[in-house]
Amino acid sequence: MGFQPVKFYQTGTFTVGNRLLAPMDRSVQAGQTRSNSINSGHRACQGCGEALGARYAIDAAMAESNNQLIAVNATGCLEVFSTPYPESSWQVPWIHSLFGNAPAVATGVAAAMKVKGKTDVRVVAQGGDGSTTDIGFGCLSGMFERNDDVLYICYDNEAYMNTGVQRSSATPPAARTATTMPVGPEPGNVFGQGKNLPEIAMAHGIPYVATATVADLRDLEYKVRKAMKMHGARYIHLFVPCPLGWGTASSDTILMARLAKESGMFPVFEAEHGEVTGVLKIRRQVPVEEYMKPQKRFAHLFGTHARPDMVARIQAIADRNIRKYGLLEDEGN
Amino acid sequence: MSKPFAITLKPGTSLANLTGTWRTERPVYINRLPPCNNACPAGENIQGWLFHAESGDYEQAWRVLVQDNPLPAVMGRVCYHPCEGACNRGQLDESVGINSVERFLGDEAIKQGWKFDAPATSTGKKVLVVGAGPSGLSAAYHLARKGHRVEIQEAGPLAGGMMRFGIPKYRLPREVLDAEVARILDLGVRLTLNTKVANIEQSMKQGGFDAAFLAVGAHIAKRAFIPAGDAAHIVDAVSVLRSMEGEDKPMLGRRVVVYGGGNTAIDVARTAKRLGATEAIIVYRRTREKMPAHDFEVEEALQEGVMIKWLSTIKQAEEGSLTVEKMVLDDKGVPQPTGEFETMEADSLVLALGQDVDLSLLEGVAGLEISNGTVQVSPDMMTGFPGIFAGGDMVPSERTVTVAVGHGKKAARNIDAWLRGATYQPVAKHEIATFDKLNPWYYSDADKTVRPMLDMIRRQTSFDEVQGGLDETNALFEARRCLSCGNCFECDNCYGVCPDNAVIKLGPGKGFQFNYDYCKGCGLCVAECPCGAIKMVPEET
Repeated sequence: MGFQPVKFYQTGTFTVGNRLLAPMDRSVQAGQTRSNSINSGHRACQGCGEALGARYAIDAAMAESNNQLIAVNATGCLEVFSTPYPESSWQVPWIHSLFGNAPAVATGVAAAMKVKGKTDVRVVAQGGDGSTTDIGFGCLSGMFERNDDVLYICYDNEAYMNTGVQRSSATPPAARTATTMPVGPEPGNVFGQGKNLPEIAMAHGIPYVATATVADLRDLEYKVRKAMKMHGARYIHLFVPCPLGWGTASSDTILMARLAKESGMFPVFEAEHGEVTGVLKIRRQVPVEEYMKPQKRFAHLFGTHARPDMVARIQAIADRNIRKYGLLEDEGN
Repeated sequence: MSKPFAITLKPGTSLANLTGTWRTERPVYINRLPPCNNACPAGENIQGWLFHAESGDYEQAWRVLVQDNPLPAVMGRVCYHPCEGACNRGQLDESVGINSVERFLGDEAIKQGWKFDAPATSTGKKVLVVGAGPSGLSAAYHLARKGHRVEIQEAGPLAGGMMRFGIPKYRLPREVLDAEVARILDLGVRLTLNTKVANIEQSMKQGGFDAAFLAVGAHIAKRAFIPAGDAAHIVDAVSVLRSMEGEDKPMLGRRVVVYGGGNTAIDVARTAKRLGATEAIIVYRRTREKMPAHDFEVEEALQEGVMIKWLSTIKQAEEGSLTVEKMVLDDKGVPQPTGEFETMEADSLVLALGQDVDLSLLEGVAGLEISNGTVQVSPDMMTGFPGIFAGGDMVPSERTVTVAVGHGKKAARNIDAWLRGATYQPVAKHEIATFDKLNPWYYSDADKTVRPMLDMIRRQTSFDEVQGGLDETNALFEARRCLSCGNCFECDNCYGVCPDNAVIKLGPGKGFQFNYDYCKGCGLCVAECPCGAIKMVPEET
């Protein structure tokens, strides 16, 4: 079934809040008492999608766990901008160890809580796409395979941003990064095989896998809350645009996430025990150009030396997602 | 710093880092003028009253509405709703049915017996209002609420002016009009009927009035010279519509020809049809595109079987027949005679060629300027004679009920200021909330609610109201289609989308506030505000 949007009451569940909805139907983020897990004063860039996504996700997890939560953090933007010594933005118990071991640390925290009999304390591990899809991938796969009682959240901004925008295995084809320059016959990142982590997580058969974006807050909160109601290994892949690394206006962060979903570039779905159980349909379909054009990392595909052939290949990826997940309303799903 | 074991950083200590210093632009909350409000001739705060209707608080919605217009149930029936033509939602799917929600609120107020708030003060000043039409009633209402003593002197036997003696019952049931007039009189406004003011200066002196508002309307039918035989039956539209209010209904015959192309021509043709005419034919010298009547009224008339003969003028009238000349439009769109004539059968000819103002009460008043048969007023609605103001159909403007109500309000504000020896200073208007200022993604898809129409047989044979109203459920639905252009409706988007927790939610009804200590000026709140109520302004250096 997936998230069921409220389609009326002026703005329905499209907006963060809605004064016309019953209080119990409102979002965590609309509440005056939301936990603000990551507080003001952090050093994320203007318009940072990851800072926003982390607050959305962890506040929802806090609400669902009655504020009995421990967060484990991999190295990455989120860790760097939130905890420059001697300051911390976190208002939850929070631990950071290495770039690649967050899933293993989280496994340990969960085991410790179990040994101490603190069954009400829940564990979340979080990291960027670098620590999740590249560096910590082995630890993460192990955590899935053991079905440890951890919710792992990957904030995917499609490259290593805090070290200067280097390519990761989550970087899309043709995108410019510091290590995939727009030169040669196929400028930008290669059209590789891709590394679809949500599907890899699903292949482990773990209880819950979901994708979400910062443009669909209510869907995201629904998924975090649902994941927190379950036990065992759970994985949420959250799409968080990066104004710095993508070359977009700081005010366009949510728009970019919305266009990624509406173009089919980022399918939003959920799966239980390896089977897709719900998708968030495309509301107003757009061609991938509309998503790519505002981003400087794709600028070399447009303009004087335009590469419509490469844009067409990216459109083909979006079309495949749309087919595969049944993202259009009229496909009878 | 001593910390517990294994704790290196204290929670939330980043508050020491004031990231607001990064900012080059800052977001500020603003109010923009919704296009509907801007288009309303009566100056209603439409977005403002819809806001309350959206949450189902109809009484509060009505109270906000009547701050500007005391006749919502009338307005919800007879207004040509320019607001809906300006509505931004029209660019999304269809404009909000503002007029239908207004009518619902007006009817609800009558049903529930809601009363106006009594005036808070009494100024001891007396104002004479001449004419109990929409403009006079509106002025009387606003003056009374400001604490002045108001007397309306009306020449006719009942209040309402053209709302009673011009607009047919099938568009405005009289019990609705009576209820809204009575509520104005309940404020302490004195209404003197059957009293024609013959000399305004004298009437003011006799009654000890400090100021006067003239709103006598335009009741004298314009005539056209049409050579006519002795037995030709020619009447004017104004008297036909007026006599509909009396005991003796007009005798128009089976085949009625109406000459003219305005709303009055349509009204009289539809009336003739209801009185039993087998054919009601409008003769108009230009084309449908050029017709001054509102298109939906033309459409409704055609549906009811009224026929329209375009590009024709009447040259001669005889008993039972008319001679009509065909016209053609020239390059400038002006109709020119062709010399081709034809004969039409007609039991009666009704002239609906516009109306003139009866200016006899102003004879001998110094300083007045009359031009094209209307009284000239300055922007503050005052005539050339200090203390005498005028509005409605007797001053140059579009002649609609809504414009008249707007004149009454504007005049009342200026009269109030004048009586205090001051000048009314209108509040500067906000910039308009145009469609490009909105983020329409956030609004739910919802088509306009269609109002029920009376079935055709009853439309053709009775004076029952043609257009039905909304009920509670679909009025709420319709109100919630409002985009709240330019004005915060507390959707919490700014509060939610700020990556820096730099928006403070003050609680229901209190809105939001920026915490500039931490706002980095990214502009996400502006981009994601659905209604355009935030803007970025450069930081002062």
